[in-house]
Amino acid sequence: MANPRQALGDLLWRRIVIVLPYLWLVLFFLVPFAIVFKISFSDPIVAQPPFTPLFDQSQNFLNWFQGSLNNYLFLLEDNLYWVSYLRSIKVAFISTIFCLLLGYPMAYYIAQSPPTKRNVLLMLIILPFWTSFLLRVYAWMGILSTNGIINSMFLWTGIIDEPIQMLYTNFAVYLGIVYTYLPFMILPLYANLERLDLNLHDAAADLGGKPLQVFRDITLPVSLPGIIAGSLLVFIPAMGEFVIPALLGGLDSLMIGRTLYDEFFVNRDWPLASAVATILLLILVLPMVFFQRTQAKSVEENS
Amino acid sequence: MLTIFSFGFAFLYVPIFLLVVYSFNDSRLISVWGGFSTRWYTALFEDEQIIDAALLSLQVAATSATFATIFGTLAGLALTRMANFRGRLFFTGILAAPLVMPEVITGLSLLLLFVSLQELIGWPGSRGAMTIIIAHITFSMAYVAVIVQSRMLTMNRSLEEAAMDLGGRPFRVFVDITLPIISPAMLSGWLLAFTLSLDDLVIASFASGAGSNTLPMVIFSKVKLGVTPDINALATLIILVVSIGIAIAGWIMFKQNKSLSQQNT
Repeated sequence: MANPRQALGDLLWRRIVIVLPYLWLVLFFLVPFAIVFKISFSDPIVAQPPFTPLFDQSQNFLNWFQGSLNNYLFLLEDNLYWVSYLRSIKVAFISTIFCLLLGYPMAYYIAQSPPTKRNVLLMLIILPFWTSFLLRVYAWMGILSTNGIINSMFLWTGIIDEPIQMLYTNFAVYLGIVYTYLPFMILPLYANLERLDLNLHDAAADLGGKPLQVFRDITLPVSLPGIIAGSLLVFIPAMGEFVIPALLGGLDSLMIGRTLYDEFFVNRDWPLASAVATILLLILVLPMVFFQRTQAKSVEENS
Repeated sequence: MLTIFSFGFAFLYVPIFLLVVYSFNDSRLISVWGGFSTRWYTALFEDEQIIDAALLSLQVAATSATFATIFGTLAGLALTRMANFRGRLFFTGILAAPLVMPEVITGLSLLLLFVSLQELIGWPGSRGAMTIIIAHITFSMAYVAVIVQSRMLTMNRSLEEAAMDLGGRPFRVFVDITLPIISPAMLSGWLLAFTLSLDDLVIASFASGAGSNTLPMVIFSKVKLGVTPDINALATLIILVVSIGIAIAGWIMFKQNKSLSQQNT
């Protein structure tokens, strides 16, 4: 048995392992949200920092929460904000569908290719993810712009007479999101399809099932957890996306991530930006919890 | 099926390929091929703003990746090897949340934390490399934890158990047995954290103060107004560095797997 000194050492080690990352996350991830929430109720002032004090010592505890709902009321009144929210939901949703339509056949193709080939194909899907996201979005600017590669090619071949406006449109935003988030859709789908028992397919086909029928009744239900995980991994970050609409989108493709960014950096209205963030978080909390649930479940199944 | 796959595949790679090709284009215009030239690379190395930003970014990325690997590994260890501890479910939740949290929210909340802390205790005195590093550790440790955790769940535990049975203290067992086995996972975690940090624009913009610009911030301010050829050259260099890094990591993991499978047979 361990002597007391060793026992103390074991306990200390255990404490360090758990407490160190825990404390870090509480301090730098959880507490900041509490502050955002608190500041979203304060009023903007022209000062440094530009909001009314968080902790006013002169007040008693009951008045401590010296909040006002002004920011939230303003969000409701001004069209700009809820149009931004709705557009973000729409863009994220449609992009997710396109990722699924393109990603599903790709994941399926990888899953049913021979095991030696599989890892190479998978690696090729992950590889672009390692190269700079910002630069990959930027690459599309050169492809889509009016004097860009696509327009030059079309003009040269005579398909069109004058360049088509593709950059700074909603189309470019959709393209950018599908392009950057496609690997996030493929990976969970692949993880799911890989475990699919192909014997089931053969059995269904032997019993006279048409390919489409087999897909609908067997493949699709089995891969549903992968579809859900992949869709959430695309939808949630796409919803708050800033870089893609900022570089590829036009004036009419304002999404909430950019609205928040501008509110903060351009208008310097920190309390309003906090209110925008709080509402965005409320919209996303449901899909996030759902995602955590499915992830926890799949980790349990694997172990 | 193959057609869709090839299409999707081309979709992923053609933009990167074109970026590399056009970095050698002598003409400033994308539509015109002005002949092969390395002038944009020369221009790049003479641009002090870009050099400074690149140095800052590398420093931030190396530091934050190292800390993220330490914390992420500890978190992975806590979740796989420590029996149920109080607040475990909650811990799992806040560890994974940064993975899906929109960057604008993470960035805004961290900045407001830094500002409030400064008001309350006077720290951090100014925002710069330090605050960006803290922000990057926070969001990238979750990635390391996921990678390390999955390795710890799939690894053969009999060695650990044997060492424990022979009276090895948990700390020694971890250092002598577990650590060598999970080190490739930690390395890929470090590389991922490094790349994520090197690539981050939004969170760094919030966390940094005036004057300290990371590479993505400089790139963003340059390309906001359109295509600039020297950024093509920069992109090519980054792609080159990343490819070499992945090749090395892949080689190490390949060797590790090989020696593992030899041990098992």
